Amino acid sequence: MIAQLAASTVATSTLTASGDDWWNRMFNFDDYGELLSLVHNSIIAGAVLGLVGGLIGVFVMQRDLAFAVHGISELSFAGAAAALLFGIDVVLGSVLGSVLAALLIGVLGTRARDRNSIIGVLMPFGLGLGVLFLSLYPGRAANKFGLLTGQIVAVDDARLGVLIAISAVVIAGLLVIWRPLTFASVDPDVAAARGVPTRALSFVFMLLLGLAVAMAVQVVGALLVLSLLITPAAAATQISASRLMVPLLSVVFAVTSAVGGILLALGGNVPISPYVTTISFVIYVVCRLVGRRRSKRGWTRRATPAAA
Amino acid sequence: MSTPAPLALTGAGLAYGERSVWSGLDLTVGVGEFLTVLGPNGSGKTSLLRAILGLQPLTAGRLEILGRPARRGSKAVGYIPQQRLIDPATPVRARDLVRMGIDGDRWGPGARSHRARVDELLAAVGATPYADVPLGLLSGGEQQRVRIAQALGTSPALLLCDEPLLSLDLRHQHEVTALIHQTREATGTAIVFVTHEINPVLPWTDRVLYLAPAGHAIGAPDGVLTSANLTELYGTPVEVLRSQGRVLIVGGDEHTHHVDEAHE
Repeated sequence: MIAQLAASTVATSTLTASGDDWWNRMFNFDDYGELLSLVHNSIIAGAVLGLVGGLIGVFVMQRDLAFAVHGISELSFAGAAAALLFGIDVVLGSVLGSVLAALLIGVLGTRARDRNSIIGVLMPFGLGLGVLFLSLYPGRAANKFGLLTGQIVAVDDARLGVLIAISAVVIAGLLVIWRPLTFASVDPDVAAARGVPTRALSFVFMLLLGLAVAMAVQVVGALLVLSLLITPAAAATQISASRLMVPLLSVVFAVTSAVGGILLALGGNVPISPYVTTISFVIYVVCRLVGRRRSKRGWTRRATPAAA
Repeated sequence: MSTPAPLALTGAGLAYGERSVWSGLDLTVGVGEFLTVLGPNGSGKTSLLRAILGLQPLTAGRLEILGRPARRGSKAVGYIPQQRLIDPATPVRARDLVRMGIDGDRWGPGARSHRARVDELLAAVGATPYADVPLGLLSGGEQQRVRIAQALGTSPALLLCDEPLLSLDLRHQHEVTALIHQTREATGTAIVFVTHEINPVLPWTDRVLYLAPAGHAIGAPDGVLTSANLTELYGTPVEVLRSQGRVLIVGGDEHTHHVDEAHE
């Protein structure tokens, strides 16, 4: 009898322990201050990535390129995996893979239907190549997993420098082509009639998108790039149509998701991406609800009943 | 010398390889003139627009806008496209579209909002009440009003209308054509209106350019749209009927003159 009771107590305590363990693996804020100083660089990287993702996301939405972003990130993953295997810089491999994919999609897929089928063809090929390179790679498994699902690696100063330099190129490029790209994205016929070089702009944009995706793969991993390049912009367009507020909100949402995700992931023992994706998803849901309330109360805000 | 015409074509011709689309086109469109371009599909209406916009070089002759050769991105030419579906989630308001007509082709993010000018353009087409409404939430007629405001952004000497009535109902067709007519009266801009359906623009049309498989004809609507004329242009029997101020063209290209025909 006593033995039985003891046995059941042990069982209960094991259960509790495993529950605690599960929670502790996700959220554990012991020694948080110390950890924070270690990932100082990662947080900067996250903020910069949020800035880039939030800005470029506005155009990804306007140009209906969500699927392309996903396709590019898989080839970026293949490039990074190849780099890992051949012992070259992972960021370089990732950039090469995604820029190549972006340009292929840009050149071959000028029409939306062609584009989607080309992405559908490229994406599994990229993923397959990536899996091949990773299986051949003899190093630590954590490195491999990190490419797909993100990780807080100790971003050293050199790598942070590279990330910031790439981001600066993407942001500067976007600012230069901002107006004609907006015109060509939302109103292609009239933009072409006004002499806007729509094809050249599309090409340049794909190049910038390739760079941005390669950056995002470094932090959130190839599978979840969309959470920083689409979700924040999609959330912003739910609550505003202003040409100033949409990019601004999108950047705020993306930075919040990226930095917030890193800060939360720090205390746990699981990859960073679930935190980032959850934060950005929650922001999206809230915006959607707010947007619905606004459109019910007349978001159209007409001054008088329309004459036409 | 008098001021140069908004549009002047001299011996203009366009051919794709062996196939000649049109040739020997001599035409001058004066200030405030309303020219309607008619013709069946494939007769080169779109090519003509592209040539005027400087996107398609001629293979023969000259094309001048205000006395200068047509060039890409000219501020002297405004362009109104077909109405097309816009995703309601596109974060673009009516006023943003109009602003693009003013400086959308310039580099950089654009610090100036041109607010006063945009308001003025929107007011001129009666679109002030929905200036801040996302474009995708506007009706077809409202969208085309905003498009007219957009095309007037550079105060063009020539306004190109590329089938702007397609997919509009009759009431909106009438409103949009009347507004284009008012615009030319108010600003003196010349109108080149490409359409497959003459009747909505018949009251405002000064001259017709009819592009057809076997040649072209230019002149007042009554002079061009006759059975004898079109029979010759098509090379097959065509009959032109007039009823209650409307024109009905029977034969030739059967599909092109139906009232609510969808295009492409």
